[in-house]
Amino acid sequence: MTQHPMTRRAVIGAGVAGLAAASGLAQAQQGPIRIGSTLALTGPLAATAQIHKLVGEIYVEQANKRGGWLGRQLEWVLKDDQSKPDLARTLYEQLVTADKVDLLMGPYATGAILSAMGVAQRYDKVLVHHTLGVPSLAKYERAFPAWSLGSEPATTVPNTLFDALAAGPKPPKTIAVVTSKFPSIQFMSAGAREVAKKRGLEEVLFLEWEFGNRDFGPIANRIKDAKPDFVFVGAIGLDGNLLLDAMKKIEYVPPQHFYLYPAPGPLVTLPEAKNALSVTIFEEQPPFTNNPGAAEFVKLYRERATAAKLPDPSVEVQAGASYTAWQILEAGVTATKGLDDKAIASWIKANRIDTIQGKLRFDGTGNYGDDLMRIKQVQGGHWTVVWPKSHTNAGATLQAN
Amino acid sequence: MPSATLLAQSVLSGVFVGALYGLLGLGLSLSWGLLRLINLAHFAFAFLAAYLCWQMATMGMDPLLTLAVIVPLFFAIGAALHWAMARFAITPFNSLLVTFGLTGIVEALIQTIWTADFRKLESSYGEHRFKLAGLYIPLPELITLGLAVALSFAVWAVLRYTDLGKALRASAEDAPIATAFGINQRRNALLLAGTCSALASVAGVCLALGFTLAPSQIYAWVGVVFAAVMLGGLGRALAPLIAGIVIGVSEAVTMAVTAPSWAPLVSFALLIAILLFRPGRAA
Repeated sequence: MTQHPMTRRAVIGAGVAGLAAASGLAQAQQGPIRIGSTLALTGPLAATAQIHKLVGEIYVEQANKRGGWLGRQLEWVLKDDQSKPDLARTLYEQLVTADKVDLLMGPYATGAILSAMGVAQRYDKVLVHHTLGVPSLAKYERAFPAWSLGSEPATTVPNTLFDALAAGPKPPKTIAVVTSKFPSIQFMSAGAREVAKKRGLEEVLFLEWEFGNRDFGPIANRIKDAKPDFVFVGAIGLDGNLLLDAMKKIEYVPPQHFYLYPAPGPLVTLPEAKNALSVTIFEEQPPFTNNPGAAEFVKLYRERATAAKLPDPSVEVQAGASYTAWQILEAGVTATKGLDDKAIASWIKANRIDTIQGKLRFDGTGNYGDDLMRIKQVQGGHWTVVWPKSHTNAGATLQAN
Repeated sequence: MPSATLLAQSVLSGVFVGALYGLLGLGLSLSWGLLRLINLAHFAFAFLAAYLCWQMATMGMDPLLTLAVIVPLFFAIGAALHWAMARFAITPFNSLLVTFGLTGIVEALIQTIWTADFRKLESSYGEHRFKLAGLYIPLPELITLGLAVALSFAVWAVLRYTDLGKALRASAEDAPIATAFGINQRRNALLLAGTCSALASVAGVCLALGFTLAPSQIYAWVGVVFAAVMLGGLGRALAPLIAGIVIGVSEAVTMAVTAPSWAPLVSFALLIAILLFRPGRAA
């Protein structure tokens, strides 16, 4: 008896469709993909960590609206490490062993990232991290940075800065380097001194202060006394604001000034911060907003940050690095079609990923790629990228006081 | 070698920050010396007052006028805290633990209401400064110095010349005998505890005038103010101010002449020296 070909084809097709449906059902029945991380929801680092929390929530929400990853919804298991690296270590252990999350995402700030990295290494997990300040400490082969400062930022970042100054209206001849001794700042300031020396700038003052210093009066006085053309401030968080307050009290305005990692919102609103320079990997302007996902993310972040009453609702370094981290992890999962950490890590290392910062690579030392740090300046109460020229908005140029 | 102007400006800067150390230390010293309670929450109260001042000032109130609201409020809080401590017979050591916990609660409260972000009070006071012989004297710092000196002398005068002051000192020296002589120890203690918290709140308003605020900054002041209190001696009114200024000037001159990172060594080196050579002073 001869079977009608359509009937056999139909049977086979139905069988395949049935298997696919069963597979999808099975996947859905596996439940969401659980991504675990900690953030400094309380404690001294909370101000910046709440940016990362907001970005993570936005990303997970957007991804789930698109259908999730691998057909599964995402669930972010977030714990509070209270700005304590030792607690971050314990919580990451919990995430892996007790909560049994599928994937990990990095925490905020260098100390916690290093703690998390140790745990990730112990359990062979991939760890994408936002803003590790000391690339030389990134020894784990499956840890990937979302902050594109390159593997030797102590040299490359000051070079970018001095290139910008050299192309500006008043290239400096003398420099004052004043810096916090905070780990991720101190080595960058040391690098800046080296680069300045190689470029022939005369160092007229070098000062260091302990992290947590309250009184910047004498430091401001010494800067004023030294009369530098350019002040490099190795500042983190509040330092820049406190130093500018102290300078205002003695009516000193530095001719040109740079702040390494300031709290960007509070600094930009300070009238004394006019023409202050800093570094960035992302700002709310072209060409950054031309990158994949950037424009939509900027709009959504602004709405949510304003509703959450964050003092500065704009997307900049921290928010940019945070979103990039999620993009990197998604790319690895999607490309390898699975949650295998080894496969994900191998894929990320071997490929370039499109992110809101641009196309990133991870095949350098410590899995770092290119230094994509740009120079931005406070102009008219806003941050504006002024260097390199390819990344300035409407031809903005570096200004001097 | 730093210039004379730099040195002089640094000394002035040290006097101003030292005055704030003294103002912060005044209430702590009185509480520790006369009530035998080590109130770590003193710093949290100062910052809570600073944030309240910031909040009211951003709503249009003059920052100094906020004292009219803040001081009575914190007087009440201080008295209530002491009532609770007395009610549960908290020992001096335990007061350290209890108030440490309270500090954490207040920090969390501040963070919940105002978030962990930095807050800076922009007021007309911050725009004014005087110039004297080439030296700058910012108005907020001058106000802090003025308040610190005035309040220190006021407290000193009360302790020295009034019956209340004598009663407080007597109670601190020998409570049962003081009670036997008819001193109402409980009432006086509540009054003093309220005053200590009120003094903390004044320091908080000064903090708001001159500094950028963040909840985590509470702990940045603990070490140096404790050093000022212990250097000056417990239960004294003028001593924390003098010690605070000594520490502030020493730190500032160190920062002007050598490396700023050496500044924290100064206050604690002075403290260690005092504890070694005059250990009774801190008792």
